[in-house]
Order: sequence, then C-alpha cells, then structure tokens
Amino acid sequence: MLVALTSLSLAAPAQAQSNTVILSTTTSTQDSGLLDALVPLFERKTGLTVKTISVGTGQALALAARGEADVALVHAPSLERKCVEEGKMRNRRLVMYNDFVIIGPEDDPAKIKGTPKAVDALKRIAETQSRFVSRGDKSGTHVLEQGLWKQAGIEPKGTWYIESGQGMGQTLGIANDRRAYTITDRGTWLAFQKRISLPALVEKDKPLLNIYSVMEINPANGPRVNVAGGKAFADFMVAPETQAVIRTFGVDKFGQPLFVPIAGKTNADFQ
Amino acid sequence: MELLVQGAAQALRLLLSGDAEVWRIAWLSLAISGTATLISLAVGIPLGTLLALARFPGRGFAISLVNTGMGLPPVVVGLFVTIVLWRSGALGFLELLYTPTAMVLAQFVIAAPVVVGLTLAAVQQIPSQFRLQLLALGASRSQMIWSLLKEARLPMLAAVMAGFGAVISEVGASLMVGGNIKGSTRVLTTATVLETSKGNFDVAIALSLILLALMFFVNWALTWIQQGRRA
Repeated sequence: MLVALTSLSLAAPAQAQSNTVILSTTTSTQDSGLLDALVPLFERKTGLTVKTISVGTGQALALAARGEADVALVHAPSLERKCVEEGKMRNRRLVMYNDFVIIGPEDDPAKIKGTPKAVDALKRIAETQSRFVSRGDKSGTHVLEQGLWKQAGIEPKGTWYIESGQGMGQTLGIANDRRAYTITDRGTWLAFQKRISLPALVEKDKPLLNIYSVMEINPANGPRVNVAGGKAFADFMVAPETQAVIRTFGVDKFGQPLFVPIAGKTNADFQ
Repeated sequence: MELLVQGAAQALRLLLSGDAEVWRIAWLSLAISGTATLISLAVGIPLGTLLALARFPGRGFAISLVNTGMGLPPVVVGLFVTIVLWRSGALGFLELLYTPTAMVLAQFVIAAPVVVGLTLAAVQQIPSQFRLQLLALGASRSQMIWSLLKEARLPMLAAVMAGFGAVISEVGASLMVGGNIKGSTRVLTTATVLETSKGNFDVAIALSLILLALMFFVNWALTWIQQGRRA
C-alpha cells in the first residue's frame, strides 16, 4: 500500500496551468475513438497536455460557459450560436460533419422507410404513436431531435415517447430491445452494428447533418482559463494536417470514414 | 452467454499479452483506491475509537451522521467535490480537478464514514468490563486504547475491506472528478463504462473480470492476515 502512495504522487504530476488544456466535448468524439487519434498528435506538436472531458453537448457548453474548460468541441449549432451571441464563447469554427439517421424496426409500423424529409417521418411516428426513444439529455443529438419535433409542430409526449436519459450507445440498446424508432449519429450506429438490428429508414436529409465546431472560451467566464492553450487546440482542429487525419478516420474499422472535414466553411454552406 | 465467454477470453488475452494500457488502468485503480483507503484508516480509526469511548453532548447526533455517511451516494460526493474543485470553486486554486488526487479525495469522503462506523462498532462490541480490568491492572489510557484496538483488529479488518470495496467499485464520483482521462484518471470502473458506451462489450466484460479478480486478491490477502493471525 505504501508503494501505492508513492506511485500515485508520480501519477499526479504538479499541474502547471499553462501546460494543460481542458477540452470540453461530446461523447461521440470520444466514443468514436477520433480524439484518441488526434489528441496525441496535438500533444506531441505543442508539448501541452489535453484533459478531455467528454459529456453531453449541453453539459460541455455549460462547463465552458463557467470557464471550467479552455476549448469546446461540440455539435449543436443552435446552442453554439446562442453561446457566441451571449459572449461566452468566441471564434466558432466548423471542423467536420457526419450525419444522423432515423432507425427503427424492420416491420416499420409508422411506414417511414424512404421518406425524404426527416420532419415528415417524425410526424408519422407521432400520428401512429409508434414507440420512439429520445436521448432526453440535452446532448447534441437530443437538441437536433427537439428541433425536428418543433419544425413538425409536435410536442412529443405519451407512452410511445421514451426518454432514456443516457448516452447514444445505451439508447440504441433500448431502442433495439423495445423495437422502437430513434435518431442516432451514423458513427455510433455503425459501431453498434453487431448488437443492433434496426435498419436506417430515413437518411440524407439536410436537417440530419451533424455539424461539429470548435470554440474558444471567453476568459471573462471564470478564473484561470488557459486562453493560449485553448486557441492552440482550436487552431489544431482546423489545420490541414488534422483535417487530413479526420478525412480517413474510421476507414480501417468501419470500411467508411466517420467524419467529413469542413474547416473554412460556414453554416450557410449547409443550408 | 457466448458474449461472456468471449469477454473472459478477451480478459485473459489482455492480461497475458501484457497490454500496457490495461495494466496501467488496473494499477491506477489499485493505487487510487488503496491510497484513499489508507487515508480513511488514518483518519477513521482514531475518530471511530473516540466516538466509541468518549461521552459528550451530541454524540448520538455525531454517530447518526456517521451512519448516514456510510451510505453516501458516490454521485452526490462526486458532484460536491467537483464543484469545490472547479476553477471557480473554493479549492479551485489548487487545480486538482481531473487528477488522480481529486479521485483520492472523493473516494476518501466515501470510505472514511465506513471506516469510522465500523471501527466504532468494533470497539463498542468489546465488553466494558475488559476496559475496566485493564485500567484496574494499572494500564495508562493510551495502553488501554491500544489493547482495545488489538482486541478489535478482526472486525476492523472488515472495515478495511468494506472501505476499499466501496471505493474501488465506485464509478459515479470517479467519472465526475477524474474525467476518465486516458493514461491519467481512467480506472477499471470508468473504463468499463466507456467501453460499454462504445459498444465494445467484450472489452467491458474483460475489464469487469479484471476488477473482480483485483478485488478478490486484495480481500484474500486481507482475510489471510485476519484469519492467519488468529490461529
């Protein structure tokens, strides 16, 4: 046990603030393994240490708004723009996208297969009261889903509407067990192919684009924000070499890339 | 069922192939929870003994607090420790959040009441005549307490096991104050959560089995001390 004590002091080196960057990000960037590929590159290049805190987008932005992080990599454009307008976050830059798909049971009780518009598909799910599992956790996926319901003019509630309050992986598991519809990012769905038998029924609609951006934190949000470190990481995410890594990430494991790099573009390019 | 077999095979493969990451995660779990348990013992045994032997106003209230603390929900501890350690929090200047030290702190808060409570029970179950006899035989107060603790060492080893068991198996607080950072604060429980959410169920099962094995060996060693000395 004494050995445990001594080794711990080695494991917890003194925290030199300027050397540590706290990245507040969403679970999908972590669960997909993308950050495991990118962070070491950044650390080698800059000598900085990144502490990746991966939570839902809502929590990631809330932490950033309190100055408890130095840089945010998230995927909820509407919330992000609000944070920038409020002055909590700045220099929002697009990094990459992938897309969401609506998946559901093979027999498709709401008959949404092939519906071009995601909003119409949700309307039909609500009309037929077919089971639908929502993340219900203010994650980027949940925010997108809420946006679609709003567009459909429907306030989803009732026994058919299940709020899991959990991450994408667990939510997929619930949808699979309950033979329900759900909205998922393609990456997580691909990663769960072995365990999930729900096919993609609606995809490739523009509102289903899942756009990730990086933002720096206003140092006025709280004490000890590492501004330079945060900016360094944000710059790194949109640098050409990093974007090249993103372009091929996932090909070896899934046979297709999980993200499309889009540094330099703006939201207007995707509307 | 087939998944469990796969997981067990994966666990063996990871351990035997000397997978550096897995060994580091297992070692970190042991180091963090071991340290937290040790500190809890250093604080909890004197405090528990004091509560058992001293008589003071509010003693019943203090004991109730300890008993409640024995069941502190780890997520609640995690949340409060996180808020205190935030940059904007009372101890923010220490910059401890998302470090192993923060995890030791949270686990200490979880384990300490367990150690205090079980020490209290262990010392109290010794008949008071024994104490009086010692004093009558001319023992000083500190000699008396030492004899009591020696007498209570068997149930107190149970306190060690319960404290260690509570913190090494805990996930909520570790996830919150540690952040599950690869190579720094990722321990067996948080890694299991991560691998499950990634859909790597076989790796998650492997990590769980390694955690169970680790807990078994620690408890086995403690039991050996407990039972062996008795013989």
